[in-house]
Amino acid sequence: MPLKKDYEDIPGTFIFDADKGREGYQLNQFCISLRLQKNRDTFGENEEAYLDNYKMTAEQRQAVLDRDWNRLLELGGNIYYTSKLAAYDGINFQQLAGLMTGMGNDAYRAMMVAGGRSPEGNRYQSEWDEKGDE
Amino acid sequence: MARITAGVGCSHVPAIGVAMDQGITEQPYWEPVFEGFEKSREWMKEQKADVVFLVYNDHCTVFDASCIPTFALGCAPEFAPADEGWGPRPVPVVKNHQVLASHIAQSLILDEFDITIMNEMEVDHGLTVPMSVMFGDKTVDDEWPCLVVPLCVNVVQYPAPTGNRCYNLGKAIRRAVESFDEDLNVVIFGTGGMSHQLQYKRAGLINKEWDTKFLDRLTSDPVGLSQTPHVEYLREAGSEGVEMVMWHVMRGALDDDVEEVHRHYHVPASNTAVGHIILENVKDQGKAK
Repeated sequence: MPLKKDYEDIPGTFIFDADKGREGYQLNQFCISLRLQKNRDTFGENEEAYLDNYKMTAEQRQAVLDRDWNRLLELGGNIYYTSKLAAYDGINFQQLAGLMTGMGNDAYRAMMVAGGRSPEGNRYQSEWDEKGDE
Repeated sequence: MARITAGVGCSHVPAIGVAMDQGITEQPYWEPVFEGFEKSREWMKEQKADVVFLVYNDHCTVFDASCIPTFALGCAPEFAPADEGWGPRPVPVVKNHQVLASHIAQSLILDEFDITIMNEMEVDHGLTVPMSVMFGDKTVDDEWPCLVVPLCVNVVQYPAPTGNRCYNLGKAIRRAVESFDEDLNVVIFGTGGMSHQLQYKRAGLINKEWDTKFLDRLTSDPVGLSQTPHVEYLREAGSEGVEMVMWHVMRGALDDDVEEVHRHYHVPASNTAVGHIILENVKDQGKAK
């Protein structure tokens, strides 16, 4: 019997489970390599050449080059890994969240200072479907 | 005999470390975050702890995806702060009580907790931020006031260990500490959380009501709290809120009868609700430390 994924109806969220881990392995290994300065330097010299070291899919590779943060998560990236690529670009966690939510940095920061995103209406995908959100 | 006398629950938001490292803790945004740790630093000094047993998680810094241990115990002589992508934090190297750590490793495995032994390891903000908030500003040339045995828990790749498993591991850690001959005062830290979601379109989720109940139940209903299913953390406290399973390790290592002596809660630090609690074993209160 397959393991039940009781977390798949949470809206706007990827749970980085074994399937995601398998799918994103090469992408995530690329991202974590950027935690070391020597690798950041090499990546900076020629991004395409550096990416040749990782056997990721063409879609994953393009999402890295495009800095398409949500696409990276859709393709098996995990936020703690993709944040290493963001850090390389000088983007911190809060700025990254501003990009992923589409709110922009100022509106996102203001939401957090006002107490954050309420769980009301944000627990189930069905609640987002009713609002017409994705 | 070594003994665990008190526990600390504490968020480990990286931006808190950045604020301390940049000396901006008195800015209006940060002041209320740090205010709640002033009493904690006084308390920490009074404990005269010989060792902190620090439960934390690595954030894809030291552990890449090639090997994902659920529980990894630091048995190296020392642990240097890791470069997480923007240079290592300028804080002291963390020194281990290596004899105690190797004793705990043996004891846990014979107690059927098959932990991974780390004889070389760097540590990221998950460990160094709780040290900084509880011990105050330190430079690379300083030393932390006590030794640290680190336990690194996987909470990045689902599933994290269950709350029940973490709670029972806490009990096994206590048995291990209490079977160590040296007279040591050990304080245990459970770190991470509280509610936060860093990723995708629901990023920024904060659930103060849920967090408050979690803090309440650490004292009133720790066993019931440890039975919280993963999906509840993920849905109610955000995808990264599942870090809070690590608080159950801390709670399991204490007596059933504890007193909450301090609590601090503030939103936000970056994307996260900062939660902090200090619990003392009632029977150890007032004893000469």
